[in-house]
Amino acid sequence: MLQRDYTTSQLDVLEAEAIHIMREVAAEFERPCLLFSGGKDSIVMLRLAEKAFWPAAIPFPLMHVDTGHNFKEVIEFRDRRSVELGARLIVASVQDSIDQGRVVEETGRRASRNRLQTTTLLDAIEEHEFDAVFGGARRDEEKARAKERVFSFRDDFGQWDPKNQRPELWSLYNARIRKGEHIRVFPLSNWTELDVWDYIRREGIEIPSIYFAHTRKVFERDGMLLPDSEVVQRGDDEPLFEAVVRYRTVGDMTCTGAVQSPAATVEEIIEEIAATRITERGATRADDRSSEAAMEDRKREGYF
Amino acid sequence: MDILRFATAGSVDDGKSTLIGRLLYDSKAIFEDQLEAVERTSRDRGTEYTDLSLLTDGLRAEREQGITIDVAYRYFATPRRKFIIADTPGHIQYTRNMVTGASTADLAIILIDARKGVLEQSRRHAFLTSLLRVPHLVLAVNKMDLVDYSQERFEEIREEFTAFASKLNVSDLTFIPISALNGDNVVSRSQNTPWYLGTSLLHHLENVHIASDRNLTDVRFPVQYVIRPQRANDHAFHDYRGYAGQVAGGVLKPGDEVVHLPSGLTTRIASIDTFDGPVEEAFPPMSVTLRFEDDIDISRGDMIARPNNQPHVAQELEAMVCWMADGIKLTPRSKLSIKHTTRTARALVRDLHYRLDVNTLHRDEEATSLGLNEIGRVSLRITQPLFVDDYARNRQTGGFILVDEATNGTVGAGMVLDAS
Repeated sequence: MLQRDYTTSQLDVLEAEAIHIMREVAAEFERPCLLFSGGKDSIVMLRLAEKAFWPAAIPFPLMHVDTGHNFKEVIEFRDRRSVELGARLIVASVQDSIDQGRVVEETGRRASRNRLQTTTLLDAIEEHEFDAVFGGARRDEEKARAKERVFSFRDDFGQWDPKNQRPELWSLYNARIRKGEHIRVFPLSNWTELDVWDYIRREGIEIPSIYFAHTRKVFERDGMLLPDSEVVQRGDDEPLFEAVVRYRTVGDMTCTGAVQSPAATVEEIIEEIAATRITERGATRADDRSSEAAMEDRKREGYF
Repeated sequence: MDILRFATAGSVDDGKSTLIGRLLYDSKAIFEDQLEAVERTSRDRGTEYTDLSLLTDGLRAEREQGITIDVAYRYFATPRRKFIIADTPGHIQYTRNMVTGASTADLAIILIDARKGVLEQSRRHAFLTSLLRVPHLVLAVNKMDLVDYSQERFEEIREEFTAFASKLNVSDLTFIPISALNGDNVVSRSQNTPWYLGTSLLHHLENVHIASDRNLTDVRFPVQYVIRPQRANDHAFHDYRGYAGQVAGGVLKPGDEVVHLPSGLTTRIASIDTFDGPVEEAFPPMSVTLRFEDDIDISRGDMIARPNNQPHVAQELEAMVCWMADGIKLTPRSKLSIKHTTRTARALVRDLHYRLDVNTLHRDEEATSLGLNEIGRVSLRITQPLFVDDYARNRQTGGFILVDEATNGTVGAGMVLDAS
């Protein structure tokens, strides 16, 4: 990393920035937590948290909003990684929210618990009195996210007001809130999908197996490959077939599509992404396709 | 590969969106699904061409009103560099957004329509760029195709702008004749401007030297967080006490003698720690953890510097302030929260010396307040000492934000002047 002209690689700069953001949160907030889904972005975030506070332990708990529709490989990974780090893992369950009548389960073939997560998340933030919540969102993911701050203010309803955001200058983050409000913090704001993969390669970070090519029974819907699962409703006109696939993003089984790919190593994934012409959300996320402003609407309500 | 952060200024009419769209498209940072969505929306609205501004206008209100409201960040990379674009709107809230985008920029591109020449808006953008000390400025003279690629017209604009820029603090100014629509001199040099001997815009962005823009002379390490492991079974780190932060200036090495502020006590750096092991040097923008040879009471908000090169310890500050709040005004006697490096204190506005007209650079000394998007020179009194440098010398230790204590909104951005 060190050269005579003191240049730093893009990953070093992004890493230093993310570590600075995490320490700022630990210093300025009473009760932060880190959203950890077992997906690649949150795995990278966790590594950055390890680095930010080493040799001390990560000074905040991890939280996962579990829809009950997650891939089992990812849930196993989530639990194992939390134990390895000695971190406290809070699981906020969408099923509990349904059982308590806080939300009503969608019905029909396209039923998804994706949107229900918002209520579960906001309830958990309130219950645990979290005042800062780390998320792994990146600005390159989606155009509403391109305008979001690193410290993104949420009112006491958990809502985001995109037209009334606090200006963010230099690396000075405004952490002032009232009780009941919170800040969503995005340390990976300036990372791209490729940066995340380059970092996973450089650091030798382990990720769940479903990111790599494997054989899976899938069916096609709207140009996406959805998995054969008891939680995904499949019509008679949607035949199953076997394919060699991998996941570019990891979300709910009901709305996360696989891509046909032979990429079995991180190096092969990086090659594939460098050549791809479709965004990761466009290729694999049904939740973003519902309308032009789908993400903005969900974010206003308090989505990740 | 390193990172270049640049801000773009100009309005849609100047072809800014087209230029950004072209940079993204030619570097393959626009994906097919994004382009399809833009084409679909353009068609639905009856627009005949593909409106690339739809790519950057991410919010519903922006698309509905056809304006850009907020700073949008865009990313692309070439084999040489990763680029972060802070795309700031030209019309609405220009000052607040441009100041925000410029605060972290290594370079700014100001677009000028070759037919219209240097407008009031161009001068405003150039002034803000120089106020925020963006080290490199590119004047992209766009729509050269509409003036028959005239060298004479290009030179006219260059002369006029150079004359204006001599009044500003612009150290590196580059003029490039382009046509964003046709791609002339954007990615590669154009056949249409044989008289232009410089490089294409992208080539300039890829090669402009930014490594020495950082201050590697004055050691400044604002203490951000104290690391004390409390794992019961971790005897190796039982007595560990490290001071974490991001280097804001200079080069630190183990063994260096340093001074702690505010105490003024000196000690030596015992070790520069990271998760990946100790390092031999730390410099901006590295985030590291320092350990010292002596036991000194150090906490967040303190500063580490060199005994013979210290920042100014100031409770009275002179600064240029850009006011960013709607509704509330800055007036003498305003009390605000101030955040400077890792230290937060309270500030009292003692005096407003003048308000600056960003178009004419005229100083209005009769002004009694600063409103939204206005810039002025103020004197502040701070409740506790801040460790500051001139903003011109170090953007990290010279910049601060002002926060309204009632609304908690970020209402002002300040740049320290005449620290002494």
